[in-house]
Amino acid sequence: MTEQIIEKIEKIEKKHHKKETIRSSVVLKVYRANRLAGEPGRYERIEVPVQRWTTVLDALLHAKAYKDPSIAIRYSCRMASCGSCGMEINGIPRLACYTKVSELEGSTITVEPLANFPHMRDLVTDFSQFFDHHRDMQPYVQNEHADIKDREKLSEFMQSPEDLDRFLQFSYCIKCGLCYSACPTVATDTKFPGPQALSQAYRYFIDNRDAAGKERMNIVDERHGIWRCHFAGSCSSVCPKGVDPALGIQLLRGHLLGFSKNEKKIADLQERLKRD
Amino acid sequence: MEIDRNNREGLKGWLNPGRYGWERVSYWLQRLTGVGLLAYFVGHIYETSSLTQGPDAWAAMLELTQTPMGHLILILVIGMSTYHSVNGIRLIFTHGGKGLGKPGRPDYPYDAVSLNYRQKSGIWIALILAAAAMLYGASVLFGGE
Amino acid sequence: MTMLRESQIMKIHYITGIAALLVVAVHIMMRLIMPYSMSLGYENVIANYHNIPYVVLLESILVLIAIHGFNGLRIILLELRQSKAWEDGVTILTIAAMMGVIAYGTRTIIVANGLGFE
Repeated sequence: MTEQIIEKIEKIEKKHHKKETIRSSVVLKVYRANRLAGEPGRYERIEVPVQRWTTVLDALLHAKAYKDPSIAIRYSCRMASCGSCGMEINGIPRLACYTKVSELEGSTITVEPLANFPHMRDLVTDFSQFFDHHRDMQPYVQNEHADIKDREKLSEFMQSPEDLDRFLQFSYCIKCGLCYSACPTVATDTKFPGPQALSQAYRYFIDNRDAAGKERMNIVDERHGIWRCHFAGSCSSVCPKGVDPALGIQLLRGHLLGFSKNEKKIADLQERLKRD
Repeated sequence: MEIDRNNREGLKGWLNPGRYGWERVSYWLQRLTGVGLLAYFVGHIYETSSLTQGPDAWAAMLELTQTPMGHLILILVIGMSTYHSVNGIRLIFTHGGKGLGKPGRPDYPYDAVSLNYRQKSGIWIALILAAAAMLYGASVLFGGE
Repeated sequence: MTMLRESQIMKIHYITGIAALLVVAVHIMMRLIMPYSMSLGYENVIANYHNIPYVVLLESILVLIAIHGFNGLRIILLELRQSKAWEDGVTILTIAAMMGVIAYGTRTIIVANGLGFE
């Protein structure tokens, strides 16, 4: 079984021609600036030792531990689960913990804060507007029949595996902000919600436990809403979790355009347990 | 919600469309050709209005436009309109969620199903047809019929 | 005038795009039914304007491309800057430009239709 999985991974890696550049050290060109103190930006070069499996985050933390402790970095899980360490690595938004130094070319790795987010300090950016856009999409199931207040009966929505597959991949979003940074519309339009928020709008729209489909369509049918997405696909190309926000957005737009039917059968609510 | 333009890439981000793949390049070309075609359209409406001033005015306008530079611009317009139309048709389908595949359960290496070759090939077809149309246009304009 | 929803505007944008493609294709083909340089002669061009179905074709190209093109420009400009003054200005100017170009082109069609041959 393990051998089969290893074989599968080797086949996929061969197909993707993952080139490895093995080095013993690398120079990190780190963007340094303290916006809150009004300090202008500059690049600092720091040489760090690396091994075959060293990630950019490992390299930055080594630089922070042994060379300059004042480097501001946001990180947490170190395993592409929390979405904290998003930054521009060689000009492309990536998770630092998920990017191996060996998969980057050149002896210098440029590390900058995520574009399209207000910059705070060094590699740290402000996510408030990003989270505001997400909140605007009402990212929670809305169904008046859900008996969340009545504790006497416990009921569940009957959702099949096929119903789940319609939205599951969009629920894997870790809100890392890489898609928001890559989007060309976000680059110029301050009112555009961004690929993350719009794909979450689809996630709840297509969830058959949710009964607020029409309201969700009205939220995104605005001058700076879903129509300002032009399927540049950059969001999906940088997403580390396979959420494919571009797919969600186009599928939602298909419903707005009438390409897809809007009648959704809301999941049945079944009582599971009755308490006296 | 406070609007903050701080650290947005802005138009500068347009300068490097190649870093994210073909779909980003096609978005950039669609915009460029759209603006170019609009400019040509306005010029063309003005150019044809010289008809109303009689044959001399029309001849003077032709002298201005039926030059090698005028032909080159027209060839460019032919290419732009072919690309914009064919890619536009591709976009109408993809914007409606057609040709993008179905959502499922993502697995390593987490390739996006929407960035598939079926809709991507539409970009290449648009570029090839634009090149072919430009060649045909050049043969008509410079062919000396 | 009731403002259109953005979804309605975009549906118009897509429909005008497809329709314009068809009519422009016919317009281009008309230039190729005789040698190119001959097709630009004053008499041949005026003859086109005397052909009513062709005049209808030209007018429809004018309207469809003006709507599609200026709406596209409106979208690009709206994405560049977001303030009430800018957005209102862009919307009004693009609609005005659309109407202006349609009016100017229609004038050419009407006048040319009334012109005789040399």
